[in-house]
Amino acid sequence: MFQSDQNEGDPRAVNVDLQTDATLQVDISDALSERDKVKFTVHTKSSLPNFKLNEFSVVRQHEEFIWLHDSFVENEEYAGYIIPPAPPRPDFDASREKLQKLGEGEGSMTKEEFTKMKQELEAEYLAIFKKTVAMHEVFLCRVAAHPVLRKDLNFHVFLEYNQDLSVRGKNKKEKLEDFFKNVVKSADGVLVAGVKDVDDFFEHEKTFLLEYHNRVKDASAKSDRMIRSHKNAADDINRIASSLYTLGTQDTTELCKFFLKVSELFEKTRKVESRVAADEDLKLSDLLKYYLRESQAAKDLLYRRSRSLVDYENANKALDKARSKNRDVLQAETSQQICCHKFEKISESAKQELIDFKTRRVAAFRKNLVELAELELKHAKGNLQLLQSCLGFMKTNT
Amino acid sequence: CHRIGSKMLYLDIRGDLDSEIRERGTQSLSSLSTEDVSANTNGPNQDALFDDDPEDLFAEATEEVSLDSPERDILLSDGPSPAITPITPPTSVIAPRIGHTHDDMFTHSSFDEIEEEEVDDSFDINISVSDPEKVGDGMNAYMAYKVTTKTSMSLFKQREFSVKRRFSDFLGLHSKLASKYLHVGYIVPPAPEKSIVGMTKVKVGKEDQSSNEFVEKRRSALERYLMRTVKHHILLKDPDVLQFLESSELPRAVSTQALSSAGLLRMVNKAADAVNKMTIKMNESDAWFEEKQQHFESLDVQLRKLHISVESLVCHRKELSVNTAQFAKSAAMLGNSEDHTALSRALSQLAEVEEKMDQLHQDQANADFYLFSELLGDYVRLLAAVKGVFDHRIKTWQKWQDSQILLQKKREAEAKLQFTNKSDKLQQAKDEIKDMEGRVQQDERDFEQISRTIRKEVGRFEKERVKDFKTSIIKYLESLVLTQQQVIKSYFTFRYVTASV
Repeated sequence: MFQSDQNEGDPRAVNVDLQTDATLQVDISDALSERDKVKFTVHTKSSLPNFKLNEFSVVRQHEEFIWLHDSFVENEEYAGYIIPPAPPRPDFDASREKLQKLGEGEGSMTKEEFTKMKQELEAEYLAIFKKTVAMHEVFLCRVAAHPVLRKDLNFHVFLEYNQDLSVRGKNKKEKLEDFFKNVVKSADGVLVAGVKDVDDFFEHEKTFLLEYHNRVKDASAKSDRMIRSHKNAADDINRIASSLYTLGTQDTTELCKFFLKVSELFEKTRKVESRVAADEDLKLSDLLKYYLRESQAAKDLLYRRSRSLVDYENANKALDKARSKNRDVLQAETSQQICCHKFEKISESAKQELIDFKTRRVAAFRKNLVELAELELKHAKGNLQLLQSCLGFMKTNT
Repeated sequence: CHRIGSKMLYLDIRGDLDSEIRERGTQSLSSLSTEDVSANTNGPNQDALFDDDPEDLFAEATEEVSLDSPERDILLSDGPSPAITPITPPTSVIAPRIGHTHDDMFTHSSFDEIEEEEVDDSFDINISVSDPEKVGDGMNAYMAYKVTTKTSMSLFKQREFSVKRRFSDFLGLHSKLASKYLHVGYIVPPAPEKSIVGMTKVKVGKEDQSSNEFVEKRRSALERYLMRTVKHHILLKDPDVLQFLESSELPRAVSTQALSSAGLLRMVNKAADAVNKMTIKMNESDAWFEEKQQHFESLDVQLRKLHISVESLVCHRKELSVNTAQFAKSAAMLGNSEDHTALSRALSQLAEVEEKMDQLHQDQANADFYLFSELLGDYVRLLAAVKGVFDHRIKTWQKWQDSQILLQKKREAEAKLQFTNKSDKLQQAKDEIKDMEGRVQQDERDFEQISRTIRKEVGRFEKERVKDFKTSIIKYLESLVLTQQQVIKSYFTFRYVTASV
């Protein structure tokens, strides 16, 4: 009963306003879930001269996406851009655990119950699968839509090189390095947050983003909890429907017809409730999660700008010192100029990036909230109709 | 006037039993276990330690167990089964007639007549339990409930009247009814369960959500209990029921205390009972009973399973309500920090919608509970009473078999005496045989009577069950319809606002 919604897995659902021009179009045309990894088929259509063919596909795994993302982050040239957030790791653990538990408990339930629950879990697995495909696709589309990043060499290699990129995951040492980098960053983050910016625009953005990011994080967590409760309630209704069915087949009074009718009703409403939970997940939870990551990427941009400002100011101080001591003045001047240039370049692109970010964000929220409302209405009306027709039948038959 | 009549009627039922008591003075109490049934049917969770009435628990001990004079006001005492308080039955068993509705109600043969009468009688009575009020302080405190009866039946003196009752009064009523009717085959509705935790919180004075919920749960359960009891045409006319509904003062039901001597006696009887059940194997000559028993057993299994699922639904919906409220707050905060004005407004609107959803979920969880979950819980407990009644039939059969065996022994003894010269002993033996023959006949009649009663009761019970389930489930579906309509209304407004972003 998995209706394929047009908007499902549509990368533009979370990220509108992407210029989809014919010069470079990327999508994930297929995906295969193996035991502990997912293989994505990345399909590219391009009229750019950089590529050998106009249309081609390669197979990539999650680690290779991360490699690409990290290469952007580490590239100084891209310091002034919001780096599209990396897709989250495909996580089938919970689903797999549930399937395993079901297998173990097979003896304690009837055949119908077992088949039903198995179908449920398989549908859940499929939903998670579709979501992870969508997340990876969004990342690639964002890169392809970015005027500078789309030209990145690593990106082209990623798209075209049809063999394994041999990117190993980070080893322990590298992970530790990352950890320290993050610690330093957050300590610095506090530092630079304290420095008031002369530029009003950036000062406002800084205050805004810090608060916004925290609140999106909170909303995302609460939304997840709410949706999980919804799923749990739908599962209960499923079990109730099964019990009512058994009661209906066993009862000796006129209640048997009654129970069977109500059981049928709950089977249907349960499916609707599951859809409600799934749609809320897509339109609300996923949206919030995505903007949690994007707002972090925007914060990172601000941080890089602040760092370059600090470097610039330090270079100024060093120049003054050099001039006063009349030593290494030329060196200091060059250094200062580089820092100045870097800072101005970052500031200019950052401003545009942040404006684009806002535009994308407003459009994405608007689209998703409207769609959420439409879906909730559709499902509630569906439920209502099921309930009323059942009630009508029961009242005339008593 | 009313009271005297009732007392005499009370004596009537006991008439036959009491004559047995005189003869079987030495017999153990367990074979006449009628008191224990109230323990059985008070539901599975019997909190054996405390009760609503934590008085000096053994104060009444001597009173209840002693053999009192016949004039003792047995009607108003909460003494246990008649096995313990023997009385000399009046030789004329018919009571002075008070009103046509008090006629001949408890003599065995006239039961059938009365039941036929009931079909034509209009059943018009409605009982509500309301206004829970805390009386007293600390651990001696209790909740008093107002019991209001509205009726046009001539059985009652007024058309509308109220009394104040506490929980132990309800338990006491059930205890009396159970001891009178269960062993002759009537399905007596079980009283609501005791709860230490719930009551302690209320006593301690916690005026919070959970103790309010507990009181409401109990109030509703007490109301359903009374309605079920009066719906039973025999029970409705029982003097204890009438007194419970009408009398402004009711003596304290102390034997409902779990740690009283009566309580301990109940537990002993329950244990002895369990042993007896294991050893009695009945030759079922009537397939109807076996069929029905199996039907009720499988119904019990299914209802319990369903009950668990519905309880889980109630729990998850309450969780959903809480989580939705939290999300609403979070969305409001997000809307506040959003610097695009139109989007900020949309997010605030989202927060408002989710707040409404929270309230709807809460209301729906209550409907899930009161219309569905409690219905199932009630029926699980009722089925225990049904099972008890079937078990009593088996015991009655066993008694009859035992009498037959005893008769046979006496005949053999008499036969042996024939060959001796002890003429006086022979006469005694012959007399005993005559008595025994009478007893065997009575036991057989009892067995047939209880079998007849159970057949009728099962028919009545099943009719009630069908009606109950249909009514409740239709009401439940209507609650679901209402919820969906509200959901639609809320999201309609929301969509309108977000579209303008």
